[in-house]
Amino acid sequence: MLSIKNIHASIDGKQILKGLNLEVKAGEVHAIMGPNGGGKSTLASVLAGRPEFEVTDGTAEFEGKDLLEMSPEDRAKEGLFLAFQYPVEIPGVNTTNFIKTALNEKRKYQGLQPLDSASFLKLLREKAALLELDKSLLSRSLNEGFSGGEKKRNEIFQMAVLDPKLTILDETDSGLDIDALRIVAKGVNTLRNESHAIVAITHYQRLLNYLKPDFVHVLMNGRIVKSGGKELALELEEKGYDFIKEELKEGLLLN
Amino acid sequence: MNTIHTDYLKDDFESLLSAQPDSALNGWRKEGFDNFTKLGLPTLKNEFWKYTGVARLFVKDYGVPGGECTIDESIIKKAAIPGSEDFNQLVIINGKYIPQYSNIQETEGIEICSLDEAAKGKYHDVVQEYFGKSGLFLKDGIYALNTSFFDGAVFILIKKNHTISNPVYFNHIFDTTQNHLLASPRSLVIVEENANVSLIESYCTNGSMDSLSNEVMEVVAKDNSHVEVYRIQNDQPTGSHVGTTHIRQVGKCFVNTVVVSMDGGMIRNNTNVIMEKEGNEAHLYGLYFLKGHTHVDNHTLVDNSKPRGLSNELYKGIMDDYSTGIFSGRILVRPDAQKIDAYQTNNNILISDKATVNTKPQLEIYADDVKCSHGCTVGRLDEEALYYLRTRGIDKDLAQAMLLKAFAEDIVNHIKVASVKDYVNKLIATRLNMED
Repeated sequence: MLSIKNIHASIDGKQILKGLNLEVKAGEVHAIMGPNGGGKSTLASVLAGRPEFEVTDGTAEFEGKDLLEMSPEDRAKEGLFLAFQYPVEIPGVNTTNFIKTALNEKRKYQGLQPLDSASFLKLLREKAALLELDKSLLSRSLNEGFSGGEKKRNEIFQMAVLDPKLTILDETDSGLDIDALRIVAKGVNTLRNESHAIVAITHYQRLLNYLKPDFVHVLMNGRIVKSGGKELALELEEKGYDFIKEELKEGLLLN
Repeated sequence: MNTIHTDYLKDDFESLLSAQPDSALNGWRKEGFDNFTKLGLPTLKNEFWKYTGVARLFVKDYGVPGGECTIDESIIKKAAIPGSEDFNQLVIINGKYIPQYSNIQETEGIEICSLDEAAKGKYHDVVQEYFGKSGLFLKDGIYALNTSFFDGAVFILIKKNHTISNPVYFNHIFDTTQNHLLASPRSLVIVEENANVSLIESYCTNGSMDSLSNEVMEVVAKDNSHVEVYRIQNDQPTGSHVGTTHIRQVGKCFVNTVVVSMDGGMIRNNTNVIMEKEGNEAHLYGLYFLKGHTHVDNHTLVDNSKPRGLSNELYKGIMDDYSTGIFSGRILVRPDAQKIDAYQTNNNILISDKATVNTKPQLEIYADDVKCSHGCTVGRLDEEALYYLRTRGIDKDLAQAMLLKAFAEDIVNHIKVASVKDYVNKLIATRLNMED
């Protein structure tokens, strides 16, 4: 589904990603961990198409198409979804209207008619219930005055409505209390299926307890330096990143 | 001719006077023309006119309306705000109130007549007491020019304890099929104790020549009254406007004003609120969403002379193409005006590299126990918000339109007359190529 080869990316002339490789197949859940400054959020930005980042080398294909050539909106319409680490507050843009616009733009791209109001509202209610999202939030301005937890749940709610093929969770678990984490994880898991893949960027094991990833990668110095199964996350939780740095020094790892 | 010239106006003025030698208003007119002769047109050196070179409009010969005005009914209909059929509609052609085209739905609690009639008849004292007091604040040649040439002015009185349920609507039409037109609309609106009224104005130039409407509306709001004033400008680029809404809060009362400028040539709006009693409340809103070469200059004055006033100003501008937007907000707090709250905000978004904006807050505070704040921003669209919307599959153009609409809605939401609000929302949606 997603094939990243030798990606190099920079912002303001500063090289952040330095030859990153990642293969994600439909139905898989990948966790990406790593110390701060290693390039985790940059990876999310590069995949979603944030204009400030420049890809200087390498390729990224999404379902066989050149992802890097596409505008952010076309990436979304092709089925990529980024759950933001810091969702943006947009005063004056009504949450329901926003989601309706997003959904119908995607449908238009797919050659489908806009969803009629009744079906749309049914879908909205269903997904809001799944995320235990207070319905009053839907009539408010997008994310404006939402609590941290509400913002994160709103991200997963949007994901649920838009039904992407590939979801990137950028530290969706940060700033969440235990209950909110459980709700968010439940939301993500409900959408898990054979045709949907997830890349979860996280610092902590606790989200992974719910998501049970198929693969765990360590992203450090702009590259994935170690990959393993979910037991790798547990090992990291226990030992920290120092042992990986040691292994790097000893030349035991990839690259 | 390419030089600024106004000499010909002297003949026009004399014919205006000789056409109505008995008018009770001629004293004001003469004083006005004396002042105009003395002051001339304001230049950019005049601090008050720093950004708006109104004089350069006078390179052409303007015709001053005289005699009878006739116009096709279909033009009146086309000029009217959609949904205004229920309004108490005053048709003002070339600055003159034309009763036979007008349609006053309500008669209970409201008196509408020409100012001449009012000054001669039973409202003589009222006119004497309240007319022309805005001249104490507007001491420039443009104001003097209105006072010289106003003709067919309107007098409106909302009687004590009456709520006028349908807005009073000034449908201004400028006929420029024959010549460039200088119109001087003028009105005096008295809102008595416990009365409630909404005033709406729109402007439409009809014809291929240029128009300049130089308008003064004076509103006197008495104790416990409630006044809403909406000025909607969506004229042709050939239609220029200088308009003053001068509101005196002579009793403790509530005022809400919204000025929306979407299209036109050179536009200058003065909104003055003079708070003369303790505890006055006033809200001043403005939206200018400009394209082409439109130039809009919004001047506000909130004059606090008594304690415990509350004023809130919010003006927002979006400038496209080669347009220019200006906001100049003056808050004056006189020594006795303790414990007042005065807030002022001006936000601007430039969506073209060729557009210009000037913003100038002016706070003059002579009392020591007051709460005043002001803030202005000039910027581009929020890139973060734009990116966020795009990552949800919303095209860049549509995402931009959504953000601009949201920005403008902050002002539109203060229009309390539903059909006017719908109309403005439609104008905005059309400008943004959005479905409403």
